[in-house]
Amino acid sequence: MLHRRSFLHLAGGAAGSLLVAPGMVLAAAETERRFVFVIQRGAADGLNIVVPYADPGYARLRGALAIDPAAATRLDGTFALHPALKETAAMYARGQALFVHAVASPYRDRSHFDGQNVLETGGSQPYQARDGWLNRLVAMLPRASDAAIAIAPTVPPALRGPVQVTSYAPSGLPGPTDDLMTRVGALYAPDRQLQAAWSAALDTRKLAQGSGARQDPASLGKLTATFLTKPHGPRIAMLETEGWDTHSGQDGRLATQLRGLDTLLAALRDGMGPAWAQTTVLVATEFGRTAAANGTGGTDHGTASVAWVLGGGVKGGRVVADWPGLGNGQLYEGRDLAPTSQLDALLAGVAAESLALDPAQVARRLFPLAGAPRPMTGLLV
Amino acid sequence: MVSEQPLSPAAIALNRFGLGATPDTASAAALADPHGWLIAQFDHFDVTPPAWAALADARALLSAYQEQQRALRQARAAAPPPAPVTAATTPLPAGPVMAATVPMAGKPARTPEQKQARRDLGEDIHALYRQGVQARAQSALETQAPFVERLVHFWSNHFCVSVDNLPVTALAASFERDAIRPHVLGRFEEMLLAVERHPAMLLYLNQNQSIGPNSPAALRARAKGGADRQRGLNENLAREIMELHTLGVRSGYSQADVTEFARALTGWTVGGINDDAPGDFAFHPQQHEPGTRTIVGKTYAQSGVDQARAVLVDLAHAPATASHVATKLARHFAGDVPPQALVDRLADAFARSRGDLPTVYRALVASPEPWEPRSLKAKTPWEWTISSLRALGVGDVGTLQVATITQQLGQPVWKPGSPAGWDDTAASWIAPDALMRRVEFAQRLAAPRAAQIDARQRAPQVLPGALSAATAEQIAHAESPASALALMLVSPDFLRR
Repeated sequence: MLHRRSFLHLAGGAAGSLLVAPGMVLAAAETERRFVFVIQRGAADGLNIVVPYADPGYARLRGALAIDPAAATRLDGTFALHPALKETAAMYARGQALFVHAVASPYRDRSHFDGQNVLETGGSQPYQARDGWLNRLVAMLPRASDAAIAIAPTVPPALRGPVQVTSYAPSGLPGPTDDLMTRVGALYAPDRQLQAAWSAALDTRKLAQGSGARQDPASLGKLTATFLTKPHGPRIAMLETEGWDTHSGQDGRLATQLRGLDTLLAALRDGMGPAWAQTTVLVATEFGRTAAANGTGGTDHGTASVAWVLGGGVKGGRVVADWPGLGNGQLYEGRDLAPTSQLDALLAGVAAESLALDPAQVARRLFPLAGAPRPMTGLLV
Repeated sequence: MVSEQPLSPAAIALNRFGLGATPDTASAAALADPHGWLIAQFDHFDVTPPAWAALADARALLSAYQEQQRALRQARAAAPPPAPVTAATTPLPAGPVMAATVPMAGKPARTPEQKQARRDLGEDIHALYRQGVQARAQSALETQAPFVERLVHFWSNHFCVSVDNLPVTALAASFERDAIRPHVLGRFEEMLLAVERHPAMLLYLNQNQSIGPNSPAALRARAKGGADRQRGLNENLAREIMELHTLGVRSGYSQADVTEFARALTGWTVGGINDDAPGDFAFHPQQHEPGTRTIVGKTYAQSGVDQARAVLVDLAHAPATASHVATKLARHFAGDVPPQALVDRLADAFARSRGDLPTVYRALVASPEPWEPRSLKAKTPWEWTISSLRALGVGDVGTLQVATITQQLGQPVWKPGSPAGWDDTAASWIAPDALMRRVEFAQRLAAPRAAQIDARQRAPQVLPGALSAATAEQIAHAESPASALALMLVSPDFLRR
């Protein structure tokens, strides 16, 4: 006999169907500004998220997979937003969201794993850098305490590095006894690796008390806000989403994914309350997908995609793009949206402006191996 | 890392090569002759133990799934136009595995009977998945060849599928039982061919939908003016075979090689209801892209199913494949940063034996690097769960819900979420929340067993010549037998291998 409830648990409880590997990682700092990085693992299809409906190549290449501009939200004379992104559209209308299109990391091949490695470590090629750029960013903040604090079962590569970050995800198991906790602490004390993880886990459990968190997108958005709004709490968070690799059946799958992400972002915004004014969220993926639909109702691995910037301080309501076009001869290697903006420049610029750091210095510290790109600034108030 | 008790060869054989020591006499052989105990297991491996043999037939279930999908399509096509249903207002079927089947605007709604039928099928499939996980755990608990069982888990992760949709969920256990287990002591080439022909892999990486753009089927569809039919090439399987299963990423092949290989693979699919073997591997010549292919500098003029087969055989024997496999094996047994000397030795054994896996395993056991007398690896949640149960003397998985346990610990079986499989480094598994959950779960496992097991005696049994003084001390002074037993399971000595 299979119980529905136990199945839901098994499936990660992602009732809203956004495949959130509940990877939220937070870092404490002496600042009231917040920065949230959301990674879309699997190569999200930028062309069907922020749709270049006015480009004649779009309908031709996408065929039945093209988003109907009449159903989508018009963003300007060139672009429209996927119809599932209702809350995001509302933020755009209020000037709290913008998109940077035709953007890509320095990585130009089409392996998810290498692409994510470049996106997260900030190197110019895979496995060149050992640590994550977000960990280097944490190191640049004025620190509230020696131990930075974190949350999620495991720490994603973007946050790995010399600065200790913690991880937290809601658990359904009963808590250990005090005696067991004390003795475990004693056993781990002389072991650097275990001690660091253990003390971080203890700190995070304290912070999470009473949040009653679950793992659906709305709960995760709210939980992230709970951490980010604690006095002396973490000021940097990372969320991992999966399920963007739409080789087939893209229409339904992408809509479901986007609805989940839309719900998460709205819950985060609502949970932040007045602090939303000092919060910036950046959403990015390792690379985009082919400009043309493939033979199986989906798209294959491509190059440039779209990044999202949302928050109370964003100079939003616009799509930032040096649009390369989808015509013959305009595609990268004859198949992908060509990159015209650098994702690392965007990450450096937004991270710096959202945390009130010097953009050029941030670019040098975060992306030295990528040649310290000129940060993209002017996106925040 | 603190200085710890140097590990005895027996402890290394049992815990690093094997799945963890048990309190019974099976460990005695390992104590007497650790090397010999490992090699002798090649003669004791049971390919299909009773728990695996008893699994329901996934292909029958898949056929039922195909049949039902067809019936649903027909019923919906015949239905009168209903009230408009939009994706936003339709309640989702439970769980992300159904995400691909969200009804879109404009299609007829399902009747309550149809919805119930879909739910029933989904529950059957998930029950089968859970039964498969139980079988995997049961054979890991009762095996006389724990080193070989570990290698099954290794290869299953190397060639992984991920249960992200219903058909793959139905077939994941069959994939490990029928494509991995029979070949774990065979040749790499045979395992590769079995893996790439298995319906779970063909469905997981969309190969069943890939059709040659100039194949007879595509030409026919075009002649009929069926431009709206979405039929064509899908490169997913071809790419992951080269990147993950054989050559390894950045080993010299190009995007053009991937596309050519995808063309060669067209026609490889899963048999439908009208095929000879529904739900099994099938080759559909009418979907195969005609012509000669050039892949990594070599020309393949074969026709039909033999073309991609020839490519796979060449990939199995490519030097890059030997090096890729050797690196992963060395990382699994000798540390997150695998020693280059060991990698070279294993790659050499692989190449010289033409991919004979026992020859490679013998080279591994005969090498000094995996016998380094300090902990080299952090246990994954799966390894930790199985070794904990073995240490507690649990011989029968019984009602323990292993699928749920591994999910809670962060590593749901057969669901790595990506064709790269689970990462095999400590950085992925020694994380704050993951550690806390192990402590919670250790307490839950220990509580009902503490009356029968004295942790002060059990700890030196399962960590023979490997128990640190600090762990022995904390166990001896714990406030309760249950605390002591839980401490044994979460001690640094036991969290690593």
